[in-house]
Amino acid sequence: MSALVATFRRDLALMWGGGGGALAPLGFFLGATMLVPLAMGPERNLLAAAGPPLVWIAAALSVLATLERLFQADLEDGSLDHMLLSPAPLEMIVLAKGAALWVAVGLPLALASAPAAIALQAPPELVPAIVLSLLLGMAAFIGIGLVGAAITAGVKRGGVLIALIVLPFFAPPIIFGAAVAGGEHVSAALSVLAGFALAALALGPIAAAAALRLQAE
Amino acid sequence: MLTYLANPARFMAFSAWAAPIFLVAALVLLAIGVPWGLFCSPADYQQGETVRIMYLHVPSAWWSMGIYAFMGVASFVGLVWRHALADVAARAAAPIGAMFAAVCLITGSLWGAPTWGTWWEWDGRLTSMLALFVIYLGYIALWSAIEDEEKVARLAAILCLVGLVNLPIIKFSVDWWSTLHQPASIMRAGGSSIHPSMMGPLFTMAGGFLCLFAALLMMNMRAAVFRRRVEAARLRGAES
Repeated sequence: MSALVATFRRDLALMWGGGGGALAPLGFFLGATMLVPLAMGPERNLLAAAGPPLVWIAAALSVLATLERLFQADLEDGSLDHMLLSPAPLEMIVLAKGAALWVAVGLPLALASAPAAIALQAPPELVPAIVLSLLLGMAAFIGIGLVGAAITAGVKRGGVLIALIVLPFFAPPIIFGAAVAGGEHVSAALSVLAGFALAALALGPIAAAAALRLQAE
Repeated sequence: MLTYLANPARFMAFSAWAAPIFLVAALVLLAIGVPWGLFCSPADYQQGETVRIMYLHVPSAWWSMGIYAFMGVASFVGLVWRHALADVAARAAAPIGAMFAAVCLITGSLWGAPTWGTWWEWDGRLTSMLALFVIYLGYIALWSAIEDEEKVARLAAILCLVGLVNLPIIKFSVDWWSTLHQPASIMRAGGSSIHPSMMGPLFTMAGGFLCLFAALLMMNMRAAVFRRRVEAARLRGAES
């Protein structure tokens, strides 16, 4: 257990400490959101109809940007070998890293989606549901992203490759997240999102750990 | 049969004559199926002549999924029993499956324009099929991104197994989201709903595509085995 807590705290410290690592995805998220009304035109009704679900696109891309170094750094400095030697199962350590990423990046992004959604003319009464949906969605993205990050950990400049591998699997959470942001079947879509997030967090670490064992060989 | 062929030497001996035979069979079946489907089968009473696109579209859709399932089995065998030829088979099948997926998407789009009145609709079947195509591309890109062949084989196998979740989504997408794409008409409870005069050319084309896949797969695999032999010979040459 202590190994898991230590991994969690180490990753959190690395992400918050080292050069504001978690601020970069947050800035990316806000920057991408800012481009939406510029591309779509600032016309209020059009934006209100189509804008809010686009916070989900911005959020998905922001998470992608954090995945490349997630395991690569551990592979390069030898931390991964220590994780393999640890008595704690690698799957749980991977999950602890995912949890740290969720706290460091997912949580701030989900909270930042509130002003972003309002700026994109989402109805204010819908904003709590959007934040909740992104809290779940971030967990789903991270569960999937762990697999992509682990598979490409050994690839230099693998950012585009991770995106190519991971993006098709982002489709289900985006579909149901966009339903929440669009105000359709909100509670049903939130339930499906929660189910998907749990499945991704349960299965993702298993596949990611299998890939990491290969990386360390 | 498969355990017999698992030996690379036996596979090379078998595929040396099996690949050309499958290629000839594919050409014969396509030479029958293409004119049968495109000229000699009846036009549909609603869709008219555009129904003929089905003879390309449906078999390529079947095999783009079938090939992914094949890759899933090969990946599993490669991952569990560490069998080199299974890895080679999974890698060799991917570009062929991607090609079938692309043919399926393109012909579907060409058919949709006159029939549905749109080139593309984001319904469940079309979207999940596009996801399959992107998964193929990611799988192929992963193979070319890592040099260590033994390692990338197993990483790609993990990716392939993860991607298997998309297959049931494609299959059942038309039942879960009844939007635009028509539900299954051949493999369904209560028997097929398609007219027998269209089944002939459809299954001939499907058989032709399957033989084409088998031939191309074996040719790709043979090329991969030859490349490994060349590299091994080069390493031996460098050592001596």
